[in-house]
Amino acid sequence: MSYITKIASVAISAIVISTPVFAQDAKVLEAAVKARQAQMTLYAFNLGLLGDMAKGKVEYDAQKAQAAASGLTALTKLDGSRMWLPGTDNESLENTRALPAIWAEGSDVGEKSKALKAAVAAMDEAAGQGLEPLKAAIGGLGGACGACHKAYRAPKS
Amino acid sequence: MNKFFKSVLGLSLIASAAGLWITAPRTVPAETFTSLTGDATRGEQVFWTGGCASCHTAEDDAQDDRILLSGGKAFVTDFGTFYAPNITPDPAHGLGGWSAVDFANAMQAGVSPDGKHYYPAFPYTSYARLNPQDVVDLWAFMQTLPPSEVANRPHDVSFPFSIRRGLGVWKVLFSHPEPVVTGDLTAAQKRGQYLVEGPAHCGECHSPRNSMGGIDYTRWLGGAPNPSGKGTIPNITPAALDWSEADIAEYLSSGFTPEYDSAGGEMAEVIENTARLSDEDRAAIAAYLKAVPRISQ
Repeated sequence: MSYITKIASVAISAIVISTPVFAQDAKVLEAAVKARQAQMTLYAFNLGLLGDMAKGKVEYDAQKAQAAASGLTALTKLDGSRMWLPGTDNESLENTRALPAIWAEGSDVGEKSKALKAAVAAMDEAAGQGLEPLKAAIGGLGGACGACHKAYRAPKS
Repeated sequence: MNKFFKSVLGLSLIASAAGLWITAPRTVPAETFTSLTGDATRGEQVFWTGGCASCHTAEDDAQDDRILLSGGKAFVTDFGTFYAPNITPDPAHGLGGWSAVDFANAMQAGVSPDGKHYYPAFPYTSYARLNPQDVVDLWAFMQTLPPSEVANRPHDVSFPFSIRRGLGVWKVLFSHPEPVVTGDLTAAQKRGQYLVEGPAHCGECHSPRNSMGGIDYTRWLGGAPNPSGKGTIPNITPAALDWSEADIAEYLSSGFTPEYDSAGGEMAEVIENTARLSDEDRAAIAAYLKAVPRISQ
């Protein structure tokens, strides 16, 4: 085989191979969106108990509050890199409100993620200490969640 | 014929005199404000209740911790595009040369120190309900903020809305500073009424407007199309908002909905303000929202 035909055959096989990989990619992207939405649901589930205690809807229980806060901490430790793949924004996929700005130049999503970790750590410290410390930590959590949603999530259509 | 001509002339003179009278900018009574002393610490609470920073902070400055009210944010409406002005204490580009009475006229009468009407994109229709002490307290706080030399951008408004004098008619028709909700209210509901109908100006977005941009008070807080054209602003009367008072207060504090999602869109910015209110004031807002007439969807 001449040099030229070698290149041509490599190129053709690359195209042939990449077609099934592309279909595979779509599944990977969809799975990533599902996984991060599941993570968000679990955040809301654990926050829900803490918030309902803060509101007085559920009686404060130090052990349960601590368990919920530890749940939040565990959630912040999940590897985000596989859930936030490029190509999973709301312009590329249907079932997400994630804005392309997350992946764009100048994105401060990493800073916001650090701020969330700090707010969760503060709640983990506070939740078992009493209702007043728990109440004081809720605002910071709300601010951290809201800051990212405000910048990087499209409004409900 | 001569008689007819005379009566037409007479009527048109009366009509234009009435027109001049109606369209003339009205000011607040100066002595109400000159006799008061402002408290900047209390004024900061009024500032956050009023949500001033949400509109008057430059967009590229929103991440910053300091409050720099240099303006410039654009508001696209059916009547044209309005640009928030610089309201820093800068003497050349902001409110540096103003008196407390000038400030009260702007806030409550929608009139500038040189006697011109402001466009009601500035919610003076709601701020007119502030008590005078809150106005002078707010003025005292605003003078503690850093100055900015950013020049104001002129509004881009088309004819006939470009004639500011015509806003005098608009004010007569649509600016009604009396309380919206009447009837017996508890002390907390009354406080909530003051906050919602006055400084927090919730009704400016959550109530529908007529074709001339006047608030439709018969559908107070009953929801409205978003002036940006995207989506709607929700009905927050008890007919639609079934959250408990504790849910509403928590939402205004942390931004968490009863499902523990967080506030989105413009409301996320509102929460940045309401998060700084006292627990009592947030509870008062919630109590009032449960007392407003139900507006069916």
